[in-house]
Amino acid sequence: MSILVNKNSRILVQGITGKEGSFHAAACKAYGTKVVAGVTPGKGGTDFEGIPIFDTVEEAVEKTEADVSLIFVPPPFAADAIMEAAQAGVPLIVCITEGIPVLDMMRVKHFLADKPVRLIGPNCPGVITPEEAKIGIMPGFIHKKGNVGVVSRSGTLTYEAVWQLTQRGLGQSTCVGIGGDPINGTHFVDVLGMFEKDKQTEAIVMIGEIGGDAEERAADYIKRHVSKPVVAFIAGITAPPGRRMGHAGAIISGGKGTADDKMSALEAAGVTVVKNPALIGEAIEKRLKKLSSARSVGMAAKAKPKAKAKAKAKAKAKAKAKAKSAPKAKAKTKSKPKAKAKR
Amino acid sequence: MNIHEYQAKALFAKYQIPVPNGKVAFNVEEAQAAGDALESPITVVKAQIHAGGRGKAGGVKLAKKKSDVTPLAKEILGKTLITPQTGPQGKEVKKLLVEEGVDIAKELYVSWVADRATASIVLIASTEGGMEIEEVAAHSPEKIVKLSVDPLIGYQAFQGRTVAFKLRLPKEVIGQWVAMLGNLYRLFVEKDASQIEINPLIITKQNKLMALDAKVNFDDNALMRHEEIRGLRDLDEEDPLETRATQYGLNYVKLDGTIGCMVNGAGLAMATMDVIKLAGAEPANFLDVGGGASKETVKQAFQILLADPNVKGVFVNIFGGIVRCERIAGGIIDAAKEVSIHVPLVVRLEGTNAKEAKQMLAESGLNLIVADTLWDGAQKIVAQVR
Repeated sequence: MSILVNKNSRILVQGITGKEGSFHAAACKAYGTKVVAGVTPGKGGTDFEGIPIFDTVEEAVEKTEADVSLIFVPPPFAADAIMEAAQAGVPLIVCITEGIPVLDMMRVKHFLADKPVRLIGPNCPGVITPEEAKIGIMPGFIHKKGNVGVVSRSGTLTYEAVWQLTQRGLGQSTCVGIGGDPINGTHFVDVLGMFEKDKQTEAIVMIGEIGGDAEERAADYIKRHVSKPVVAFIAGITAPPGRRMGHAGAIISGGKGTADDKMSALEAAGVTVVKNPALIGEAIEKRLKKLSSARSVGMAAKAKPKAKAKAKAKAKAKAKAKAKSAPKAKAKTKSKPKAKAKR
Repeated sequence: MNIHEYQAKALFAKYQIPVPNGKVAFNVEEAQAAGDALESPITVVKAQIHAGGRGKAGGVKLAKKKSDVTPLAKEILGKTLITPQTGPQGKEVKKLLVEEGVDIAKELYVSWVADRATASIVLIASTEGGMEIEEVAAHSPEKIVKLSVDPLIGYQAFQGRTVAFKLRLPKEVIGQWVAMLGNLYRLFVEKDASQIEINPLIITKQNKLMALDAKVNFDDNALMRHEEIRGLRDLDEEDPLETRATQYGLNYVKLDGTIGCMVNGAGLAMATMDVIKLAGAEPANFLDVGGGASKETVKQAFQILLADPNVKGVFVNIFGGIVRCERIAGGIIDAAKEVSIHVPLVVRLEGTNAKEAKQMLAESGLNLIVADTLWDGAQKIVAQVR
């Protein structure tokens, strides 16, 4: 298994004839992703490298049964494109576009609220389930199939972490870039919930940064619902307050959203927080080793993990990384990857 | 993007939000003329810089008679104001706002702000005008009223009334208050603001509401659709290196350290700064050269980094994903040949064809150090500047 996307995912690309859209649509296809349609208003009936182009998302979905939309539409029109995809009933929308106005994203959030849709991004690298589907702009070759889930607000910093994992022989289940904007579709907690439920995922890497309180909320969620080991890095410990560090969302304002606050919240939730991003791979390897030794002890003792009731206790036990309980418990998170990101 | 108080007040006036009569002045003569043109006996002379805390720093003065305007204008113009928001280097005053004095009965606080957590526009209002709102929030949170507006529906009058009654505003001003909040909201949405703050908003002795101060920030991402707002930009208030970087599509923030950093991607750029600190030095900047890192952008980036006299060494950290590392290495080599780099340079390239790229760098004849990993690179550059 994996989360969000797999080899059966059928991708449509909005903005497929643009410079970015065409380049990356081709790269996704070359990776083996099923790119089944493109949408560029006014170019319906033509094709891009054999991929049929439609005028509207609605028509593209009707004709090709696409179930993921990948958006490369430029910022002034991107919010409109997201809403078009949502209206057409595309269950998963991945928006790469950087620089969408905040007020546009507010309208998008409220427009999506009552629709069975999940939005990833905007301003993100996308989602990849290695060796199955690459839906975004990440370099495919740095990934390897495996059991580490990766969720991040960043792009190249995620590649850095993934590359460390791959070089150590640690593959990934799915890597999700949730994006660097202040208002986005999917939060850490949503993805953490999916990784917790996913059988393939055994450990989680979470990469956050300064600004907002998504990491603090993730810490709270991990404490209550996540039994799998989590390693986190928070970028921006040297960032000064009041300055926007590239990403629109990466800003410390009113003394809130500092890296220190986020790191201590995560540590308190039993997360291994690395201060040096060069150590992410090493840290996850250690946590996985502890997990497997814990598991073999558990097996020897024939301690069958009891599912949900123990999840909480296990999360704590895991924090101390003691070998007694077999931390394979499935903490029941209440919902399926429900379509909507609840704030 | 920030604008000046006088510009914000001009915008307010267009949206029927009451402000005192006044005029901007760029020199002492203009200031005196502006003061003479006002009907009120008392005149206020206010420094115009992009930072709060001007009053306490001596940037706002009261002229009790008209002839006081000239000496006060002389005093403030050209002065470097140091406030908590300017940083220790302060900001030089190049413009003044000369305004009529008004009779204040009560000071209030009001702001509209784009709230990331609720994805809506939120009103923050308080009866404690004239104070920092963060301070009020810390000491007497009960004096702050908040209201969230659904961006699809917009502000409704009853919401404004509810807040007015919660704040126990005098009934004579409630009609004005409801209308003013609506006008501010309209300004916010029509011009893509990210924050509008009035502190203080006053009730005059004649029971009139009036914005005594005005602070408006705009969403940078939305400036593309507001030419008139882009025209309000004051480059004097911005770091010249940052302005130059923006022109070349680079994202640069100057900091106080000694290691210049050139990185692709915002997250990795922040992480690189952090790693430099871990290795024992301080970063001189944040610099995101974007995904491409072409020869031209790398060249501009080198020039900007080296224009900062504090820079004692440069660390280039590029994760070549879609763009192959040899191409980036080629860009670095060409750029380095054109820009004379007089400080130690450490380059770390990772990703597609990193090996070939490292070899190119090693054989380039350039005086640079090749690093294998992020941590290796940080340690090497820090060792160089020690």
